[in-house]
Amino acid sequence: MANGILVYIEHVDGKINRASLEAVRAAQLIAGQTGQEISAVVLGQGIGDIANEIAGKKLNSVYTVENDWLKTYTADGVTHALRQVIEQTQPALVLLTHTYEVRDFAPKLAASMNRVLVGDCISFRIENGKAVFTRQVFQGKLAADVVPVGDTPHFVSFQIGSYRGDESEAGQASVSALTVNLDADLVRQQPEERFKEAKAAVDLSQAPLIVSVGRGIKEQKNIEIVKQLAEAFGAELAASRPICDNEWLPMDRQIGSSGQTVAPKLYMAIGISGAIQHLVGMKGARTIVAINKDPEAPIFEIADYGIVGDLFEIVPALTAEAKK
Amino acid sequence: MKIIVCLKQVPKNDSILRINDQGNWIQDRDLTYEINESDAYGLEAALQLKEKQGGEVIALSLGPARVQSVIKEALARGADRGIHLEDPAFDKLDAYGIAAVISAAAKAEGFDLLLTGLQSDDYGFAQTGVIAAELLGLPHATIVMDVQPGDGSLRVKRELENGYFQWVSMPAPAVLTIQSGINTLRYATLKGIMGAKKKEIKKLDVTALGIDKAALAPRMEFLRVYVPQKSKQTQFIEGSPAEIAASLMEKLRNEARVF
Ligand SMILES: Cc1cc2nc3c(=O)[nH]c(=O)nc-3n(C[C@H](O)[C@H](O)[C@H](O)COP(=O)(O)OP(=O)(O)OC[C@H]3O[C@@H](n4cnc5c(N)ncnc54)[C@H](O)[C@@H]3O)c2cc1C
Ligand SMILES: Nc1ncnc2c1ncn2[C@@H]1O[C@H](COP(=O)(O)O)[C@@H](O)[C@H]1O
Repeated sequence: MANGILVYIEHVDGKINRASLEAVRAAQLIAGQTGQEISAVVLGQGIGDIANEIAGKKLNSVYTVENDWLKTYTADGVTHALRQVIEQTQPALVLLTHTYEVRDFAPKLAASMNRVLVGDCISFRIENGKAVFTRQVFQGKLAADVVPVGDTPHFVSFQIGSYRGDESEAGQASVSALTVNLDADLVRQQPEERFKEAKAAVDLSQAPLIVSVGRGIKEQKNIEIVKQLAEAFGAELAASRPICDNEWLPMDRQIGSSGQTVAPKLYMAIGISGAIQHLVGMKGARTIVAINKDPEAPIFEIADYGIVGDLFEIVPALTAEAKK
Repeated sequence: MKIIVCLKQVPKNDSILRINDQGNWIQDRDLTYEINESDAYGLEAALQLKEKQGGEVIALSLGPARVQSVIKEALARGADRGIHLEDPAFDKLDAYGIAAVISAAAKAEGFDLLLTGLQSDDYGFAQTGVIAAELLGLPHATIVMDVQPGDGSLRVKRELENGYFQWVSMPAPAVLTIQSGINTLRYATLKGIMGAKKKEIKKLDVTALGIDKAALAPRMEFLRVYVPQKSKQTQFIEGSPAEIAASLMEKLRNEARVF
């Protein structure tokens, strides 16, 4: 009978991805209400230190799998290894954090077991003894309560930042090694070294004031009005991803999970809806102002000051006021 | 190179979303639609590969009759033919079900490359392409920023977290999920729009695809959909634009002390 929660621990360059600790924390909270046992699994090569670090969390067991084919991450390698671990340990729930790596293999893993991943959840709630998961739809404009249906194991991933990894409880778990079978036929991807592009010309991480523009600006030529506001404030100009995708502003002005992370005194989001991938780059700002014509735009969930209205009216008025 | 590109039709980005009577999804009345953002980049990537290498681009979409407009848009931009997957049984599928239907159609068609967007703007599963790869028994890569086709193989650039990238090689055929912004989108020309009228759109349903109904059984269920609760107390500033501007500047100076 399938039982318990299995947490996937991700690591790179010999270090745990801190986001995996958020899944550990989520597992502890779920287990606290359902009484399930929790185990964690680390795949790779030379992973003893990582396993020991995880064993210092309040878990029942930590499984390690050492295999040459797991030296560097591949979707095929991790999928096959983790499936064999699941078959050997029979968890009812497999928990992951919705990182880029998890996005790359978890849907395949679940599908290979005839299941679907309930992905990118932001919270859970126990209803009638069963876990119900909340995930964002329409880029955070709506929330949906969803449940996995069908036989276990169920696969669930939590959005980064949904639980606090640093609040995961300490303990002492046993560590045991499992073996899996992998070979060149199974692992088809050949990864090269990870690299960073040439350093960004603009470093916004230290900027005290940032005025940021999103797709609400509609056309490239309109960016001028936001530029004028930034100048009047003495602020740096930044943008959401679609603005940079369209080449309306250079890539190094992009804020978010695939752009820069900033923590200014003031972040003014103009015509930006507030998708999670944008929020993770700027939610550390001390004061957030949002200007958006949609009163239900998710950006207002984290704004200190909200202005519901047409940016084409508000922004010039603000520029004029700032110049006074 | 024969490339199938998946295009999902989604409500226009600035749509006002109303929840349906069952409370488990939105009302699709009164909505206008567009091509899912990352899919438009997938289509452009396919068209550019074809221009370099020769071959064929097939635009595929699953959904009700209205999704033909995204197929037609793709044909006008330069895709060669379309495949429209439509059946009442395809209504409200989860990511596994959608991938099962798409992979059945792709398998019947045959291809060198199957492209999807990395994530749909409505469901946001971020899974369909990866599941399709598994069901087709093919290798895949996600969040792809560049594609270099080789002889029976592919080398692709993946976006990773924290500003990292990585090249990955794999044998073809393969499935790739494309990230937005990897190229510059083209728009349909008048000539393209006229030419599109003559291009074929093949319609396929459950029977034509020979899909096992068990593949379409829900593996996850939406219980309810709602407007999220706010966690932060936002001070909303109201008035004329000039009043708002004066009030905000006063608050930024004296309350938030950012200047
Ligand atoms: C793996 C991955 C990584 C990503 N990385 C990033 C990233 O690093 N950074 C990033 O920003 N995004 C990123 N994204 C994209 C992200 O999901 C969103 O698509 C994007 O942030 C949306 O940008 P936006 O808010 O400018 O556009 P939209 O979502 O289109 O929002 C435009 C807003 O403007 C408002 N508006 C329209 N007209 C007006 C007007 N006249 N006056 C006032 N308001 C108006 C609308 O109400 C709307 O809220 C990533 C996505 C994925 C899947
Ligand atoms: N109904 C559909 N028709 C065509 N392609 C789709 C459909 N649903 C999903 N896709 C493709 O799968 C990608 C990922 O979708 P999702 O898994 O829902 O985030 C999308 O960007 C599309 O390319």
